Amino acid sequence: MRKKDLPSLPSSEITDEAVFLNRREILRLGTTAALGAALAGCPAAEEADAEPVRPDTSGLRALDFASPENPAYRAEDPVSSFEDATTYNNFYEFGTGKRDPRKNAHTLRPEPWSVVIDGEVGKPGRVGLEELIAPAVLEERIYRFRCVEAWSMVVPWVGLSLGDLLRRFEPTRKAKYVAFETLVDVEQMPGQRRRVIDWPYREGLRLDEAMNPLSILAVGMYGRVLPNQNGAPIRLVVPWKYGFKSIKSIVRITLTERQPPTSWNMLQPSEYGFYANVNPEVSHPRWSQARERRLGNFRKQPTLPFNGYGEQVASLYTGMDLRRFF
Amino acid sequence: MTRFRLQAITIVVTLLPALGLGLRFATEGPGPNPVEDLTHVTGEWALRFLLLSLAVTPARRFLGWQWAQPLRRTLGLAAFGYAAAHLATWSIFDLGLDLEAILADVLERPYVTAGMAAFAILLALAVTSTRSSIKRLGARWVSLHRAVYAAGALAVLHHFWLVKADYRPAIVHGALLAGLLGARFVWMRRARAA
Repeated sequence: MRKKDLPSLPSSEITDEAVFLNRREILRLGTTAALGAALAGCPAAEEADAEPVRPDTSGLRALDFASPENPAYRAEDPVSSFEDATTYNNFYEFGTGKRDPRKNAHTLRPEPWSVVIDGEVGKPGRVGLEELIAPAVLEERIYRFRCVEAWSMVVPWVGLSLGDLLRRFEPTRKAKYVAFETLVDVEQMPGQRRRVIDWPYREGLRLDEAMNPLSILAVGMYGRVLPNQNGAPIRLVVPWKYGFKSIKSIVRITLTERQPPTSWNMLQPSEYGFYANVNPEVSHPRWSQARERRLGNFRKQPTLPFNGYGEQVASLYTGMDLRRFF
Repeated sequence: MTRFRLQAITIVVTLLPALGLGLRFATEGPGPNPVEDLTHVTGEWALRFLLLSLAVTPARRFLGWQWAQPLRRTLGLAAFGYAAAHLATWSIFDLGLDLEAILADVLERPYVTAGMAAFAILLALAVTSTRSSIKRLGARWVSLHRAVYAAGALAVLHHFWLVKADYRPAIVHGALLAGLLGARFVWMRRARAA
């Protein structure tokens, strides 16, 4: 593991302000030429361990999400390869094998896409994806990602702050939780023919968890648009929780007063809690959570409390018995 | 076909899953989680060869396939071989040969307990699979080797207790095992009634 202090970036790596402010416009126009110069200085592109940005090989659109990296959210760990991150997925909507989503997710149509925002909000509505992300600042965040099955990877997501997005819809005072739903459509998601999960896939967060600066809605990864198998076109990433909380292909966000039902908790409440914070001291009933296999490594490594994000999130849970609220 | 040829072909067949995985690693690379692939393939085929071994006697009885009888041991040993590889993968790569951690898992995680018990039985059966063992143990050999039924049940249980949500493969194996054991139960009753 490389130790890096929070960097003072050399000026060559900081995106020129004019280019940055124009970025949304440039993205909408789909012009990548103007970004060429800025790209040269993009830290992500220079990341020694990341795969170089690949040419369009798996149906990814050419639209380039060359977003500035936010150095405050850069894991020190080596980034997983693009190959690993896009061929090893749990996305039962496309089959229950790890290789199935990569093989089968081509039937998903990530555009046009819209998200319904409803519940305890002042401004409910159905919003098209472009309109949803237009006002937002897209950032690259390099996060650790830890599955409940005890494997993990490090992914450079491109996304926007969930908290900022929710605030735009004016949560009412009754809003205490945020509920999310994935698409249900057996034509696009043939794995939904089997009821391994009670579709739609559902997840939820406490409002303060959703408002935490770490929580993002990801629309890209590795500088490109999200591949279908990774939850295109928009998914949640909450890096201090087990991966099943980071719901994919979101079609609905509901602000609620009560704790919403979540799919894995409905399936097996004794094994999958609502909070699902990464915690090496609280085992899954059937296997230990003390260690994890980082994809690409043979040996397992120790798991960190809150997946190493304790500094940012532990305060959300002071006084809570994390064995009881697992 | 000579008996030798039949055995040779069977041995080759039992090696195919291992060769297949090796070939895949050689051509496609290890992939994101080769240890998991290794664990799954060895576990799957340990159970499958065990079921195949248990299918020999019913095949003899119901289909008249006398020629299959010598393969019962071959298939059983293949099951043991894959089970040993499965155990080795887990204890070396998952637990780094940490004996304390291994013991803790065996005692605290029911699916590991079941798997370890199944392996212990298969080990005992493998060690006593030789002709000289059969001669030496006599009637006790038959009693000992009946434990293969328990090994099968424990292996299916081990698989069931691992599954997160997709129970289909475990159910299929369980149903096959139930069928193969059920068949024996049926003709045991018939033999008694006669």
